[in-house]
Amino acid sequence: MASISAVRREPTGQEPHGSLRRRIWAARPCYLLMLPGLVLIVMFSFYPLVMSWYYAFFDWSGFEQAKHFVGWQNFRELMGDEYFWKAFGRSAWFAGVATPVELLLSLVVAIVLNDRSLRLAPLFRTLFFVPVVTTTAIVSIVMSMVFSAFNGPANEVLRAFHLTERPVGFLTDPHLVMWTAIGIFVWKWFGQPMIYWLAGLQTIPSELYEAAQVDGAGWWRRSVSITAPLLTPFAVIITLIVLVGNMQVFAFMQALTHGGPYFSTEVMELYIYRTAFGAQGQVSAQRLGYASAAGVLFGLLLIVLAVAQITAVRRLRRGPGTPAESR
Amino acid sequence: MTTPELTARGSRAKMGVPSAGVSRPRPRGRVRRMVTYAILTPIALAWIYPFLWMMSASVRPNGKVFAGLGLFPTKWFFSNYTDAWVDAEMGRYFLNTVVVTFGGVAIVVFTTATMGYVLGRYAFPGRRILVAVLGALVFLPQGYTIIPIFDLIGKLHLDGTLFGIIIAESGQAHIIQLLLYAGYFRQLPKELEESATMDGAGFFTIFVRVFLPLAKPVTATVVILQFIASWNDFLLPLVLTLSQPDLRTLAVAVYSFQGENYTSYAQMNAASTISLLPVVVVFLLLQRYFVEGIAGAVKQ
Repeated sequence: MASISAVRREPTGQEPHGSLRRRIWAARPCYLLMLPGLVLIVMFSFYPLVMSWYYAFFDWSGFEQAKHFVGWQNFRELMGDEYFWKAFGRSAWFAGVATPVELLLSLVVAIVLNDRSLRLAPLFRTLFFVPVVTTTAIVSIVMSMVFSAFNGPANEVLRAFHLTERPVGFLTDPHLVMWTAIGIFVWKWFGQPMIYWLAGLQTIPSELYEAAQVDGAGWWRRSVSITAPLLTPFAVIITLIVLVGNMQVFAFMQALTHGGPYFSTEVMELYIYRTAFGAQGQVSAQRLGYASAAGVLFGLLLIVLAVAQITAVRRLRRGPGTPAESR
Repeated sequence: MTTPELTARGSRAKMGVPSAGVSRPRPRGRVRRMVTYAILTPIALAWIYPFLWMMSASVRPNGKVFAGLGLFPTKWFFSNYTDAWVDAEMGRYFLNTVVVTFGGVAIVVFTTATMGYVLGRYAFPGRRILVAVLGALVFLPQGYTIIPIFDLIGKLHLDGTLFGIIIAESGQAHIIQLLLYAGYFRQLPKELEESATMDGAGFFTIFVRVFLPLAKPVTATVVILQFIASWNDFLLPLVLTLSQPDLRTLAVAVYSFQGENYTSYAQMNAASTISLLPVVVVFLLLQRYFVEGIAGAVKQ
């Protein structure tokens, strides 16, 4: 609070505690310095937030300027749109399956790699992290070749071990493709929660483990009594980050399957993109107003998720088990 | 060269801390380590196999891309690279990506450093509201904002320019970067600006001459984070270049090859390698800052 005085003292030497207008005037260099960033955020985060709602009430192709106000018509139509609900369900299912798998696997590997006597741990961390930094869309394209039913390396492995006679249609079988996608997705992003878990694990002082070991506590006991409670606040945040990330899979899915075969991998973002901009090489389906309405409903779902998570974080932070913060 | 190191712990891990275990051999620990390595090594190799396969396939003749699991082709066809670079115009898309990435990095570093400085060090009317709003923006999905952004770029007559892509990308709320700067600036001592004020420096001079140079480690993290984010971005450049194929970035270009009459798998792998290598190299060179940065953001 006091540091504002460094911005500008009033000529009288009086602290700028007076009226709101005076305090705003005193802080004008602050506002000025933030101006470029604020302008961009207003233009490209705030304005779209508001405008999505606005567009959602119009019938608008995006080609012509003319928009027809249709009220709640778009929303009503969405309620009866089979493709919308299926896409919605697929997004939820995708995130619902991928998130726990990703979180658990990465936690196990993080615990293994957190062992300081493991000299090569940094090398393994690097290898596991490389898929995270690579371009999602391009990784998806490479993976669509790796999992190709026509002699892709994945099928070659199965054949080399005589596990299958006929090539498996990892990406062409509508019943299998979603599982393949989840598997590849977990591979791609696994390294990110791994680093988060490691960050969390390293806030736990090693003296705690040493003391417990002296007291005769085994590995399991130490995990349950030290690691788990101290990691809980991190777990909530990491779950939130991963969950929200797993709802945003456009680049990954579009490049891997284009939503196919037969719409079997069309998740929410792909549905919005297809309704708004048409499928690849096909521009007839442009309905920006309708797509905006779908986006608004999708955004609402994410906000509900986020609010629920934040409430959970608050609860946990207020609780007694947060020695990590007192450090 | 030393082994690539990836550690949130930073330099402490490098020391290796030879503790009691060295003087007194503990066979159980060694056995456990060996078992761990024996399990981890094949997994890690399988983990990066897709990248190795991609590089291997990029130097094969097109007909031999899907031929067995071996990674070493008998003959090396580097012509795939020249074909991709020249005929498929990967050179042009590479340049587009470089421009978009550097533009994005410059703007994001500037806006997050200035906002982070003010939010981290000063109390001003409206600060709490601003922090709350920025926090909420973390959850704003790109799929939600893309239609208004597409429309806005058109209204500003920035469609058909790389600048349009850069500015749309820079305008997304970069909350993690902002938090990193705010957190760093907050913990710097107050005496810094007091003594600078004594020397007659004003508000902006203090920021540019005193605080910004001190924040070099954060700037390094933000640069890498944003480099990777911009280089990898897909939805924005895809939508904004729908009618302007010349402005495609690498990700969009390789994606578009699929739909066009460009079906050479070998060249596709060459193009993919061209697109992936720079970002992997940047990461491997600067991974310590990067990992410390994202780990630090989580710890906050």
